[in-house]
Amino acid sequence: MKTANILLAGFGGQGILFAGKFLAYSGLYEEKEISWLPSYGPEMRGGTSNCSVIISDSPVGSPIVNNPDVLLVMNMPSLDKFENAVVPGGKIFVDSTLIERKVQRDDVEVFYVPATKMAADAGVPTLANMILVGKIIKETAIVSFDNMDGVLKKVVSARKPELLELNKKALDAGYNF
Amino acid sequence: MADKVLMKGNEAIAEAALIAGCRHYFGYPITPQTEIAAYMAKRMPKIGGTFLQAESEIAAINMVYGVSSTGKRVMTSSASPGMSLKTEGLSYLAGADLPALVVNVQRGGPGLGGIQPSQSDYFHATKCGGHGDYHMIVLAPASVQEMADLTIKGFEMADQYRMTSMILADGTMGQMMEPVEIKNVETKTFEKPWATTGTEMKRPKNVVNSLYLEPSELEKMNIARFEKYKSIEENEVMYEEFMMDDAEIVLVAYGLSSRVSRNAIIAAREKGIKAGMIRPITLWPFPKAIINKRAEQAKAMISVELSMGQMMQDVQLAANGKCPVYLCNRVGGMIFAPEEVLAKIEEANAGGVK
Amino acid sequence: MIVFEKPKSLANVPLHYCPGCTHGIVHRLVAEAIDSLGIEGKTIGVAPVGCAVLAYNYFNCDMIEAAHGRAPAVATGVKRSLPENIVFTYQGDGDLASIGMAETVHAATRNENITVIFINNAIYGMTGGQMAPTSLPGQVTQTSPYGRDVNTVGYPIRVCEMLSQLEGPAYIERVAVNNVKNVKNAGRAIKKAFENQVNNKGFSLIEVISSCPTNWGKTPQAALAWVEEAMIPYYPLGVYKDKFKDEEGK
Repeated sequence: MKTANILLAGFGGQGILFAGKFLAYSGLYEEKEISWLPSYGPEMRGGTSNCSVIISDSPVGSPIVNNPDVLLVMNMPSLDKFENAVVPGGKIFVDSTLIERKVQRDDVEVFYVPATKMAADAGVPTLANMILVGKIIKETAIVSFDNMDGVLKKVVSARKPELLELNKKALDAGYNF
Repeated sequence: MADKVLMKGNEAIAEAALIAGCRHYFGYPITPQTEIAAYMAKRMPKIGGTFLQAESEIAAINMVYGVSSTGKRVMTSSASPGMSLKTEGLSYLAGADLPALVVNVQRGGPGLGGIQPSQSDYFHATKCGGHGDYHMIVLAPASVQEMADLTIKGFEMADQYRMTSMILADGTMGQMMEPVEIKNVETKTFEKPWATTGTEMKRPKNVVNSLYLEPSELEKMNIARFEKYKSIEENEVMYEEFMMDDAEIVLVAYGLSSRVSRNAIIAAREKGIKAGMIRPITLWPFPKAIINKRAEQAKAMISVELSMGQMMQDVQLAANGKCPVYLCNRVGGMIFAPEEVLAKIEEANAGGVK
Repeated sequence: MIVFEKPKSLANVPLHYCPGCTHGIVHRLVAEAIDSLGIEGKTIGVAPVGCAVLAYNYFNCDMIEAAHGRAPAVATGVKRSLPENIVFTYQGDGDLASIGMAETVHAATRNENITVIFINNAIYGMTGGQMAPTSLPGQVTQTSPYGRDVNTVGYPIRVCEMLSQLEGPAYIERVAVNNVKNVKNAGRAIKKAFENQVNNKGFSLIEVISSCPTNWGKTPQAALAWVEEAMIPYYPLGVYKDKFKDEEGK
């Protein structure tokens, strides 16, 4: 029984919920059991935002991720808040453009990706989230990277086909970082 | 990946309602169920239905009363504080024997409370907060798929029994996304010769009413209604058992609490504790018989709920002294981690809960 | 030759109203309007809570009994479900202007295509004569035993004046039934309110200044006189809003 408990956190507007949704769809694409749960409330209005994603080979119990195996943080408050919640041996993905400090624990694996800068340099400033997702998939192999085109078609609005290519580019950039 | 799509629980309810033939929705915005209204606002105008944002929850439930009087499927949804306002209407729907689907995506209370998930409207739903003797069918989904399936089932049962079906969910069930398959099924429909649709001068007039000034007549109506309730209790109880064959520590939990309990039970089994769960799917009618039967094999039962021991009372009544019944709960929008439930299981297994 | 008969839309049962009460007159006017428009078979009425709570027994059409004050919301549901049918509410002052004020105002502002018959007799009759939102300043009732004191309980609400400020409603008129001339005029207004709905013109409300001899503590005749002397001066009769006035003039 393999289960990935993923927590994604950042500011509203960074695409945290979308990144989670993309991971969830990637799991669904492989016919795994999945759940996606956003924080809701005042944070919907521009504060911090986070979501729990569970991808598993067996039915998902609680959809709430308190102790993630995989943590993605895109701002400092989120790292402060969730760093210690990660299970020993877990993986933390840090947007190092926006978070200057290092992770203080030594019982987790940490991946620093200057995703926001990479996205800006590539002319897709809103897709730092997808660069980080690419990196998560590379380092965790929770889902197969081969399915990305199919998953994107499920997630990206059919009315915006140009976004498919841009998202794929961002995923590739993260995967190959 | 078959036909499954990712949907929020709230959206699944809305889509399922459309499949069930519901073409009238009335609501008032309140977190955490507003996605239902938003979904209906988008879809209803495109399929010739009615979406109306009412001036209050009170008005919304009375618009439901109006549409239901005409024999059509109709729904409203709200969250806890809004449900207090709708309660007047729930009593009138019961008194006039009108079918309706009402969704409560619960949040913490009392008063304005909070907006995070809760199950503290259990009494309101199962004991019925409004005045008079009445019941509602109370359905407690524990997955997004069940949010959809029980919505369809709820419409059918409401029509069949001429009463309110309530979907009792919570903020988590409403907000979370899971894969869901919503099939375009033919739903069961029922003749409604009692509906007020205009006589067309072809039949005697119909009257939808809950007023009986003659007490003997009112008593008769109440007794007849409770005969109906009795048959529902005999025929419509739904529950699911999880690892119950040899269970000694029996958790009773619904909705989100049952999801957390599931993790805790698996963890307990890994520690050699024979834990299992009865998950009520109908909270009214409550699965009394199976709880009573399982109480015989149980060292203890634990009511796992996001309220201050509301469901625990029903578990105690059903267990009828055959085993101790303990409470594992969080409230106010706080949610137990599986470890907290596991700790209660271990305590109960060791011979008691403080 | 029949020169006088009961309207077909009025059921052949005795009304429970007190001697001298004008509910009976207004029931008849509503029934006559329904008869004359030939809409009995597609009319659905919504009864209030108050003295007219049993109106569902008196009209020969499908009827719904609503919770106190909620008739406009119930009627909204019915009309949205069956737009081809004719839907009316029949409400008293407590029902429409106190507990159900929100439902009244919002049905009006949405311009729901329904007909509202509003009986204003300045008192709660059913519960035995308490102060209404429309009780006059100084009026003695069970719950204003020293007379309505506007400094502590505020002023009577003029519903027609208030609703006519809204963009939504199609037709708002106040009439009275205290003499033959006024009754005839009230009949015309009520018929127009139903006609408006038949012609999809929208929300029409007719306020009928009525009497309550029992709870006013007056004889029927004295009550009718009090309508003329006290009620009508505070609640002037007339058309307060008619969206289609110019259209008809042409």
